[in-house]
Amino acid sequence: MGREFLEGNEAIALGCMKAKCDFFAGYPITPASSILHYMLDLLPSTGGIAIQAEDEIASMGFCIAAAMAGRKVMTATSGPGISLYSENVGLAIIGETPMVIVNVQRQGPATGSATKGAEGDIQFTRWVTSGGLPVIALSPATVGEAYELAYRAFNLAEQYRTPVFILSNKEIGVTRESVDLDSIELPPLVERKKAGLDGSFLPHDFDKLTDVPPMVEFGGERPARFTTSTHDKSAYLTTDPLVIQEMVDHYAAKIDEAADDMALYKTDFQKGASTLVISYGITSRSAACAVADARALGTRISSLVLQTLWPVPRKVIKTAMEGVDRVIVPEMNLGQYILEIERLAPQGVEVTGVNKMDTSLLSPTEILNKGQLS
Amino acid sequence: MNSGVNTNPYTSYMTDRIGPLPFCPGCGHNVLIKAFDKALIKLQIDPSKVVLVTDIGCIGLTCRHFITSAFHGLHGRSITYACGLKLARPELTVIALKGDGGCGIGGTHLLNVARRNIGITLIIANNLNYGMTGGQHSVTTPTGGITSTTPWGNVEGPMDLCGTAAAAGAAWVYRTTMFDRKLPDILARAIRQPGFAMCDVWELCSAYYSPQNEVDKAGLFEILDSYGFEQGLLTDKPRPEYSARYWEAFAAAKKNRKPRVTIATEYNHSVDRQIGLVIAGSAGQKIKSTATLFAKAAMASGLEVTQKDDYPITVMTGHSLTEIILSPEQIDYTAIESPDYFIVISEDGLKCAYKRIEKLTATCLLFAEESLELPTTKAQIIKISATKTAGAIDKKAIGVVALAAMLAQTGIFPAEAFKTAISRFQRPEIARTNLDAFLAGTRLATT
Repeated sequence: MGREFLEGNEAIALGCMKAKCDFFAGYPITPASSILHYMLDLLPSTGGIAIQAEDEIASMGFCIAAAMAGRKVMTATSGPGISLYSENVGLAIIGETPMVIVNVQRQGPATGSATKGAEGDIQFTRWVTSGGLPVIALSPATVGEAYELAYRAFNLAEQYRTPVFILSNKEIGVTRESVDLDSIELPPLVERKKAGLDGSFLPHDFDKLTDVPPMVEFGGERPARFTTSTHDKSAYLTTDPLVIQEMVDHYAAKIDEAADDMALYKTDFQKGASTLVISYGITSRSAACAVADARALGTRISSLVLQTLWPVPRKVIKTAMEGVDRVIVPEMNLGQYILEIERLAPQGVEVTGVNKMDTSLLSPTEILNKGQLS
Repeated sequence: MNSGVNTNPYTSYMTDRIGPLPFCPGCGHNVLIKAFDKALIKLQIDPSKVVLVTDIGCIGLTCRHFITSAFHGLHGRSITYACGLKLARPELTVIALKGDGGCGIGGTHLLNVARRNIGITLIIANNLNYGMTGGQHSVTTPTGGITSTTPWGNVEGPMDLCGTAAAAGAAWVYRTTMFDRKLPDILARAIRQPGFAMCDVWELCSAYYSPQNEVDKAGLFEILDSYGFEQGLLTDKPRPEYSARYWEAFAAAKKNRKPRVTIATEYNHSVDRQIGLVIAGSAGQKIKSTATLFAKAAMASGLEVTQKDDYPITVMTGHSLTEIILSPEQIDYTAIESPDYFIVISEDGLKCAYKRIEKLTATCLLFAEESLELPTTKAQIIKISATKTAGAIDKKAIGVVALAAMLAQTGIFPAEAFKTAISRFQRPEIARTNLDAFLAGTRLATT
């Protein structure tokens, strides 16, 4: 199509339309509101429904039910809204509901700074609901990646039957950039597996723990079941510890054991580098500048940019850390993803955070100086 | 299993898969659920096309005893799931069954489904307290009622659920009790209602509220009477269902999607590194949209561009500040630490950008409205009569005047590109004004 001048929020809307999203419910919140506006502009003419719900809880309720009735759904909010999504995210996890949840992060906690960017919801996303089961989260760094990752988020949601978060940022969501979306290579669209009319027809059917059950949708030829309670494969409440453990292991295994398959990242490795910068989101762009500046000053330094944050791309991170002495993790928060890096760092490797939470972007100079990159 | 074809009628929609109903002896839920089954038998709808939506509370245990589709969700949120199902698949018969507790925590959903008229049926098993969690008071507990959380008697008043739903716009509202022999017919009637229908069924809670307050059948009617809560059909004001209205309104608006605008490279530029430009003005000066035009012109000149805007939440007052970065290559860091060009065209803009202007370096060109009193700065100042020039054309065109002046002075990309962007991307009447402003601005730079 050629180059356009788009904000990240619009790119997310276009990415989800490319993924054939046909249901959106959301509640206004800065800086995510324009996604609701774009979806109201885009969806109805393709037969899709976009609706402003009465609150964030209803947004999630509408979306989960619509997803279980065969729609491809998305909702979008910011930190305060994610707090209200929390309980329903748990429902989506144990109901094995494919859905995409966009968090255009702003400075928190509480109301915080509505119009200012942040990366404060990284661990919040991983532990978003009670029970501690894993989720998938992708973090774009550019408007183009917002488009790409929105599309990929739908594929992951359908493939793994689970909520997938897009961890955007005010700094991407409402910043316009020149971008050619059609130049971005996208994988084939993944459609959900549906249960046939024969067979066991269980809502949560699996043989191996990592199997993803075919969907039994509401409105299909046979009655469907869905429950918020601890349940067995047939979606009936159970109190049998053996069954409960097996179900929990299934929810965890289908995500965690696929971590390598869904690892999206970018590398810029330099031979003989003793320092590695690991970054994500908008901060990865400052990190790229800092790395270039450090190299210009003669430092040998590598960079790993993570687009998949959850599940942690352990193999990719471990491989990148081989042979380096120092790892620098810049983040627009008090140090969140660094906890995952520290867990994986080989003994003797020093892991240092460069952190700021004053609503402004971490600058290349700050990363360069505080990270002692030169 | 074709719906509507009664060659093999359903004699019951219930199943004993997990045993009999779990409710206490004497609990109203037993009566309500049997009446509900009879209502479904009357209607003979394909069970896979009926979704029974429940949430937390004793009544939420019901859906496991039915052969219909079943959606059991979070406490108080059954209405949201029911609405989601109905919006996604309007052909389904969606029935939410919830308690008075759920009507408290999910009160807003009750108001909003009534207001929207989404075609679900809501049946409330209203037994005046929370049974599942140990007999605490709910939004329908009568004043004076003894519960585990009102040990001295309830000092709160009960919510009139039917009156509340009606006031919110519910199309069909019915109140009755577990003792109503016509309950199956009433429930079937509610389910047949095309829009939102609500049936508030008053019950005895044999475990908690009834024994603690010595409420029997007669006592239940006394409570109803004491509050003037009438029984029977209370509201019957049919109006089109939400989904139908949604599509009607969309079709009538005949609104096409906003076309996507692509920008081809038609001009050259002389930018050899990343350049930062800040424009500081006021709300109402069209700073944002003018800056976007400028950015598109830069794109048409082959540049990469980013644009960030800053303005108060109350958008029509105070400052409006936009940052534009231009670069021949991909732009990584999107903040401008040391602007190359700074344009300030109003008092609001100056106030907001004052400290930044103080810190500008000697390499920065500062285009300032001539009437502004600038702070001491190392920047090279170029005073422009932006306000006066725009005033003669249209004060909303001040951004075009200033940017045209800046472009003519600096030549970072051809002024012609800006002119083309104005003609191409703005409505003709606005474009005419802005082309005048463009010319005037260009002249400002040369005088």
